[in-house]
Amino acid sequence: MSMLKVEDLCIKVHDRKTTDTLVQDVDFEMNKGDIMGIVGESGSGKTMTALAIAGLLSRHDMEKSGHIIFEGINLLDIKRNVLRKIQGNEISMVFQEPLNSLNPLKKVGWQVEESLRIHTSMDKNEMRDRAIEALRDVELQNPEAVYESYPHELSGGMRQRAMIAAAMIIQPKLLICDEPTTALDVTIQAQIVELLKRINRERQTAILFISHDLSLVNTLCERVIVMQHGLVKESGLCDDIFNNPQDEYTKKLIAAIPKSPFGI
Amino acid sequence: MKYVIKKLLTTLITLFAVSALVFFSFSVIPGNPAVSRLGTEATPEKIEKLTHEMGLDRPLPERYGEWVLNILHGDFGKSYSYNQKVTSLLSEKIGTTLILSVIAIILTVAVAFPLGIYTARKSDSKLDVVLTSLNQLIMAIPSFFSGILITLLFGFVFKLFTPGAYVSYKVNFLRCVGYLFFPALAIALPKISMVVKLLKDTALKEANKDYVVTAYSRGNATRAVFYKHVLKNAMIPVITFLGMTFADIIAGSIIVEQVFSVPGLGRILLTSISGRDYPMVQAIILLLSVFVVISNLAVDFMYRAFDKRIRV
Ligand SMILES: Nc1ncnc2c1ncn2[C@@H]1O[C@H](COP(=O)(O)OP(=O)(O)O)[C@@H](O)[C@H]1O
Ligand SMILES: [Mg+2]
Repeated sequence: MSMLKVEDLCIKVHDRKTTDTLVQDVDFEMNKGDIMGIVGESGSGKTMTALAIAGLLSRHDMEKSGHIIFEGINLLDIKRNVLRKIQGNEISMVFQEPLNSLNPLKKVGWQVEESLRIHTSMDKNEMRDRAIEALRDVELQNPEAVYESYPHELSGGMRQRAMIAAAMIIQPKLLICDEPTTALDVTIQAQIVELLKRINRERQTAILFISHDLSLVNTLCERVIVMQHGLVKESGLCDDIFNNPQDEYTKKLIAAIPKSPFGI
Repeated sequence: MKYVIKKLLTTLITLFAVSALVFFSFSVIPGNPAVSRLGTEATPEKIEKLTHEMGLDRPLPERYGEWVLNILHGDFGKSYSYNQKVTSLLSEKIGTTLILSVIAIILTVAVAFPLGIYTARKSDSKLDVVLTSLNQLIMAIPSFFSGILITLLFGFVFKLFTPGAYVSYKVNFLRCVGYLFFPALAIALPKISMVVKLLKDTALKEANKDYVVTAYSRGNATRAVFYKHVLKNAMIPVITFLGMTFADIIAGSIIVEQVFSVPGLGRILLTSISGRDYPMVQAIILLLSVFVVISNLAVDFMYRAFDKRIRV
């Protein structure tokens, strides 16, 4: 049995008169230690898919159907309090904008520890030790100082590392990263991707990596799903799709990648 | 620490500017205090003599310098109309107005925060619709009018206090507070509804921010998301608003004192203005400004303790 199995996932939003389908018939599976990419242009439904898996789409005007089976439990029909035990514990998420995703008024350390505070009964010192360890593990210099700082005092790259530390602190089985590098400089982007690779290798954490950048997905992931207008256009091994795209949209995406001096 | 010193320094400069403004503006408005004092007996010679005695023929900057120096020694001069020291005339009234303002401030905070939090948490319940409409109504009623309604309702119908029977805090502090509660309520009511609305609006706005999604993604319950994340952020505009409101409450007490026959600074300010009693008027305005400036300073410090991003 796979760790995560998404079947026929549909997300609809009801307006007063109309119903919009944001995501339609998304299917995929992930196992422990897998690293999977979702690519597609902006508005293709990547974020909606990610939020649904993380249990963060609970708006009244949104209707989800299909199955999101995580470790044998369908996340779409469990109670909120059961879901909360999985959120931040077994499934964690890293978002696109590290600054906005951090609470501006709380110290970074407090936010990194939050999952421990919610899901464990550790005392303050234990949590602090673990948080500093987690901050060191995402290659932040001087983790003690980062622990005591406020989000506005860090650079964009440092914030995103802190967000990854917060997501990883409790060793989740699945880490969902929704365009984690889009808001960052190119050099920092590469570093974050390397960091995610290392985490995946060392911890066997499954990573669902979402990006609009196909070449970035190709450097990180084994498998990829190509989405457009809420539909899965193509899915399979990165190498296959890159070298031999079947779908017109995938071909366009590949053609749009600027040629790097090393070739792709 | 540097920040504190800087703030205190700007506060001092502000107070100096206010003192100059107060002094010079009352010196240029038309009307000669000597004439007001002499009334119908005024002959040109008498006016000239009194003007000289009162020192009003001396150059303005000189008089200003003297006035400020005396104030620094705790001497606000003598009232023209009562012929007594301004400080002894005002000391009790300052206490009265301060007590009134402080009760109004405490009432505002003590009622508005729980109510604001409640309406923000239950923003789609039926009770919220009722509360919101009621709130709009209260916000629109000026203090002097709600003062009249409160006098009628609590004074004459429920007989919770006897309108007009103010007891000085020097005689009986508790009874004084018991009386001042009602004018304070009149002052606080519109402020409460504004703070409730602001707190609710900002909390709902904060609830849509990205860090709230992060908080949910870690397994927080809705209640924890609100109290641990949203509330503190929503408080920032509220604190700013409270700073302005405190100033407003102090100024607003002047009018409400009339409605409830409270012998505070308000009443004596009005009589002093009509009597061209400049030492009194200047002293009262200066004192009110000091209250306002100090309350703003307190809010600044509070704000700073709250939001570490503020660097002034
Ligand atoms: N809150 C919302 N209400 C209604 N529609 C939305 C909302 N957020 C996004 N959408 C729509 O859902 C579709 C998919 O959005 P999203 O998943 O954010 O795309 P992506 O992450 O791939 O850029 C888009 O067409 C977008 O307009
Ligand atoms: Mg997106």
